[in-house]
Amino acid sequence: MLTIKNLHAQVEDTAILKGLDLEIGPGEVHAIMGPNGSGKSTLASVLAGREDYEVTAGSIDFDGTDLLELDASERAREGLFLAFQYPVEIPGVSNLNFMKAAINAKRENQGLDAISAKDFLALVEEKSALVELSGRLRDRSVNEGFSGGEKKRNEIFQMAMLEPKMAVLDETDSGLDIDALRIVSEGVNAMRHEGRSFLVITHYQRLLDHIVPDHVHVLSDGQIVKSGPKELAFELEAKGYDWIKEETA
Amino acid sequence: MAYEGEDKILEEVTGKAYEFGFTTDIDSDKAPAGLNENIIRLISSKKNEPEWLLEWRLKAFRTWEDMTEPEWSHLQYEKPDFQAISYYAAPKQKKVLASMDEVDPELRKTMDKLGISLEEQKRLSGVAVDFVMDSVSVATSFKDKLADLGIIFCSMSEAVQEHPELVKKYIGSVVPVRDNYYSALNAAVFTDGSFCYIPKGVKCPMELSTYFRINESGTGQFERTLLIADEGSYVSYLEGCTAPQRDENQLHAAVVELVALDDSEIKYSTVQNWYPGDEKGKGGVYNFVTKRGICHARSKISWTQVETGSAVTWKYPSCVLKGDDSVGEFYSVAVTNNMQQADTGTKMIHLGKRTRSTIISKGISAGKSQNSYRGLVQIMPNADHARNFSQCDSLLMTDRCGAHTFPYIETKNPTAQVEHEATTSKIGEDQIFYCLQRGIEEEQAISLIVNGYAKEVLNKLPMEFAVEAQKLLAISLEGSVG
Repeated sequence: MLTIKNLHAQVEDTAILKGLDLEIGPGEVHAIMGPNGSGKSTLASVLAGREDYEVTAGSIDFDGTDLLELDASERAREGLFLAFQYPVEIPGVSNLNFMKAAINAKRENQGLDAISAKDFLALVEEKSALVELSGRLRDRSVNEGFSGGEKKRNEIFQMAMLEPKMAVLDETDSGLDIDALRIVSEGVNAMRHEGRSFLVITHYQRLLDHIVPDHVHVLSDGQIVKSGPKELAFELEAKGYDWIKEETA
Repeated sequence: MAYEGEDKILEEVTGKAYEFGFTTDIDSDKAPAGLNENIIRLISSKKNEPEWLLEWRLKAFRTWEDMTEPEWSHLQYEKPDFQAISYYAAPKQKKVLASMDEVDPELRKTMDKLGISLEEQKRLSGVAVDFVMDSVSVATSFKDKLADLGIIFCSMSEAVQEHPELVKKYIGSVVPVRDNYYSALNAAVFTDGSFCYIPKGVKCPMELSTYFRINESGTGQFERTLLIADEGSYVSYLEGCTAPQRDENQLHAAVVELVALDDSEIKYSTVQNWYPGDEKGKGGVYNFVTKRGICHARSKISWTQVETGSAVTWKYPSCVLKGDDSVGEFYSVAVTNNMQQADTGTKMIHLGKRTRSTIISKGISAGKSQNSYRGLVQIMPNADHARNFSQCDSLLMTDRCGAHTFPYIETKNPTAQVEHEATTSKIGEDQIFYCLQRGIEEEQAISLIVNGYAKEVLNKLPMEFAVEAQKLLAISLEGSVG
């Protein structure tokens, strides 16, 4: 689904990713962990196509397509979804109109007609149940006045609505209380599917208790320095990151 | 959902050139260029006006001659050559029409392009259209239905003939001839406009709508609108404008007067999309309009405007809150792009006790444009417990445009409460990226964000106007982020 080779990226002349390799197969869930400043969020931004991030070397193949040739909105329409660490508020734009615009952009890309109002509302009903998103939140402006947990639930709701091939969750657990963490995780788990892959970026192992990954990778100084099965996350939780740095030094 | 149809609109927004830049080829009965007493006599006699109105015009002309063009605005433009303008043009269409089918096909085509074909208008219940092409009203519909309620909705020329007592009583009563340079000019040379009278206690059952269109090359347009809501009545009035593309500047100096008698309510909505000039600022309409309403006891006037067009916009729809407990509102979205300039806002003059006013202004500046909000809130000595709330927001689309706010507050009564809030923000790259990441193209993302920003005002518009307004915002801001 996603093959990253020797990826180098920088922000304003500061190199952050320094030769990252990663292969995610269809239906797999991979977790990326790592200390602050290791490049986790940069990886998410580079994948999503944020313009401030310059890719200086390497390649990213996304389901047979050269991802780096596509702009951000094209990547999204091809089925790449980013759940933001800090979801953005868009005052005055209702959540549902926003989703409708997104769904229709994707449908247009697939040569389909715009979704009918009936189908759209049915889809909203189905998907909002996944993350217990109330009608009140659906009808409000995008993320405006949402609590931290509500914003994250809204991200997962959007992911469910758009049914991506590849979802990148950027520290989705940050700022979540136990209940919200459970709701968000259950939403993600319900979406696990043989044709859909996940890249879960997190600081803490606790998210991985709920969203159990197939593989865990440790990112340090812009490179994946260690990979392993899900048990690696427990080891990291117990020992911290320093032992890996020492091991790889 | 309030914004059903948004998707359709966004799909339609593709062409970059000014969409309504077409001209209609209809023979015009046109006066020679220039302004003098003879021209005014010509206009008056062509329109078969009573003597008092001719005298009023001539007096206005003499007043205007003694005035000089004001220079206090935050605008730069080439002053119009008043002797190069033709002050009268009427489509040659003398015959009285038995049905809409007899309307000139060219004219029908123009109306179709504007999206207001008469068949459509006839079919769609709820909107009566007084279609003004150049200076003479061409077709008026729904008149009979309105007449049953005693509502008068006609061209100003017709009102002068049919209801001279009302015209004589109220014309110039809200915007006096000598109010300003352009109101004096308008009084001297106005050729037509709309007239509306709602009788006591009548709630007008439909939105009254007038489409203005400047059509004759080199013709200044001097519309004059007079709207009277008698005691306890209600009316919602819509004014929408588009103009054909021109290479020379076109002057538009209209006067709108609203009279809200005791316990009445007037909603006046405008969507203005005149040709703004090309990217270098060449061409485009000068829009110098005087709009004012007077509120008697317990009455209410709401101005809602969406301004996207014109090279230069200079207007301040205002409320004189004369009666106790009267209410004035002003909701505005003003978009400027490329080299456009806008100096717009409102005046709320509180005279009566417990009078209240609300001002919500949303400026959007793009390109190298300059967008100014200028507002006056004046609380006079007798206006005990008057209240005002003003909110002026500016959104910048580029780092080359300008947004300016000039709030004037004068309070002469210690019991008054006046609040003013202002914000300036640049369109968020994070917001745009968020939309992009959901698969939405940049142009559409900007349209969504801007429409969201302006929603508070757009929501005040009647439904179909809100849809048109969203479309205009999107068209006006294409390719404008930087």
